[in-house]
Amino acid sequence: MTELTPQKLKAMLRNMLLIRRFEETLKKLYQQGKIHGTMHLCIGQEATATGACAALTIEDKITSTHRGHGHCIAKGADVKRMMAELLAKETGYCKGKGGSMHIADLEIGNLGANGIVAAGLPLGTGAALTSKMKKLGYVVLCFFGDGASNEGAFHESLNLASIWKLPVIFFCENNLYAMSGSVKEMVNIKHISERGTAYGIPGITINGNDLIEVVKTTEAAVARARSGGGPTLIEAQTYRWEGHSRSDARKYRTRAEEKEWKMDRDPIVLFKNQLTRNKTMSEDEFGQLNDEVNQLMVEAVTFAEQSHHPDLNALTEDVFA
Amino acid sequence: MRTITYSEAIREAMSQIMRHNPDVFIMGEDIGVYGGAFGLTNGMIEEFGAERVRITPISEAAITGCATGAAMTGMRPILEIQFSDFVMIAADNLVNQAAKMRYMFGGKAKVPMVVRLPGGSGAGFAAQHSQSLEAWMTHIPGLKVVQPSNAYDAKGLMIAAINDDNPVLFYEHKLLYNETGEVPREEYEIPLGKAHVKRTGSDVTIVATGIMVKKAMEAAEELEKDGILAEIIDPRTLVPLDQEVIINSVKKTGRVLVVHEAVKRGGYGAEIASMIAESDAFDYLDAPIKRLGGVETPIPYNPGLEQKAVPQVQDMLQECRKIVME
Repeated sequence: MTELTPQKLKAMLRNMLLIRRFEETLKKLYQQGKIHGTMHLCIGQEATATGACAALTIEDKITSTHRGHGHCIAKGADVKRMMAELLAKETGYCKGKGGSMHIADLEIGNLGANGIVAAGLPLGTGAALTSKMKKLGYVVLCFFGDGASNEGAFHESLNLASIWKLPVIFFCENNLYAMSGSVKEMVNIKHISERGTAYGIPGITINGNDLIEVVKTTEAAVARARSGGGPTLIEAQTYRWEGHSRSDARKYRTRAEEKEWKMDRDPIVLFKNQLTRNKTMSEDEFGQLNDEVNQLMVEAVTFAEQSHHPDLNALTEDVFA
Repeated sequence: MRTITYSEAIREAMSQIMRHNPDVFIMGEDIGVYGGAFGLTNGMIEEFGAERVRITPISEAAITGCATGAAMTGMRPILEIQFSDFVMIAADNLVNQAAKMRYMFGGKAKVPMVVRLPGGSGAGFAAQHSQSLEAWMTHIPGLKVVQPSNAYDAKGLMIAAINDDNPVLFYEHKLLYNETGEVPREEYEIPLGKAHVKRTGSDVTIVATGIMVKKAMEAAEELEKDGILAEIIDPRTLVPLDQEVIINSVKKTGRVLVVHEAVKRGGYGAEIASMIAESDAFDYLDAPIKRLGGVETPIPYNPGLEQKAVPQVQDMLQECRKIVME
């Protein structure tokens, strides 16, 4: 296990803040009509993205979901290039052709967000197979949601990874809703982690809003995977503050429920209080961190707005290698 | 030159590359000691071991996604889908993932994988094990589609497909597996996108794909007895398509019959016919472009009906005589 030094703890808090501010900025830009299409915000889920990626090295890989901004930032992406992609500019991660749901950065081990629910699981399983066959030593962490656990790709991938003992971690962010489908209505078991049993994979359910719990659980799964022990299924319980996407009026849940998660279980507030209480960080330092992140957002938006749209000749580029 | 079967040609291509490229491996259902449903991988697990000849559960979606993930991270997987019909179960992984990954990630990823797909009718396997669905896949930008008609091409195209940095769908015909042909021992590539003029002629161009190439050759011999000289073109790859060779032939003969086993409606023949009609060969046409394809039914079990469901030599003779008379 890596030691959770004050430096590392502060870096994780900064990362969570960065995800939160990035998405708040997107929301504003969307309202101003500067972002077209749709996007899926992960505000409220910062601890799962940050904690899981904090347990990985740069060589380790992730697959992400349609709600992937947090995963992308936590794996080390440049927020300027992410912002440029959201604004559909050529300086974006996908030269403006992918948008929110297709940001990938293979150099830092992000194998891509994905617009298809559960599609990242077999892809991550394949990347883990490469690691095993070439003896590269990296592990792969597949993020997915509670909704994805009802897709065939989830079940087939867990089985495949288990029989081949692949170095992969299946990381479920159970945010209670698959678009509007409540997990209580869609799944007839108490914990999604129980599904690991069917495939001979250990499953564990944790509080996904407790950053340290996420880091420690993921680290244990990473160690198991790296030592040849095979996959682990982690279910991290969390909550999506916003709707599924920008068109969602959230009629399927109560405002009281939302308020409870926002007021009492905000992962950033919880972790910040932990750090100030045990004197790892002062209120002043937190203020500075906040200013620094806000400044980064200004720079990212400026960079994105000043970037060019892709040349129209780029339309047919990169269909084939 | 020595003579081997279409099956042996494909196996030899895979084995030869695997001997010097450690990134290439095979995965699929029953491809180990069983040798695959059609025996294509016979003996390979003994030579290369279970790590590189990797038997999988019956999980088409996961194994196709897994091959894609392995390809994008540095391997060159060859995936055997037991019957091409089963690739429908893995459609998301091919169509939404493998085909689009490079483009939607802004040119960062490459996905060098080959998906082997035994297809076609004539073996009595009925409606869910006999289809020719290659036209579906030609519709998806980002996928290459190969359809070898003989042993020599099968080896050269397989080597080109493995060496290609894109997802390549390799459609094999079950009834061709035991067909023999002269095949060099050494490794050679037939570039994807190069058609083959199988026979030259001046009266009618027959563009045939897959197993129809063999039937078209038989038809051409019969036609010659009537004094009709047919030129036969095998595109060999549907994507990319060698338009030039087809267009030049049509300009020469002025008449064209496109023939494939897949159902005529929405089949790849419609693409070839339209391509000709849109090209400058249109002005050279002395008769309307004709297509022969499968009857619009699922493939039936009864042998007589099964034969009737797809174009035969007689059908080609009849069509060509009509075209030339007009």
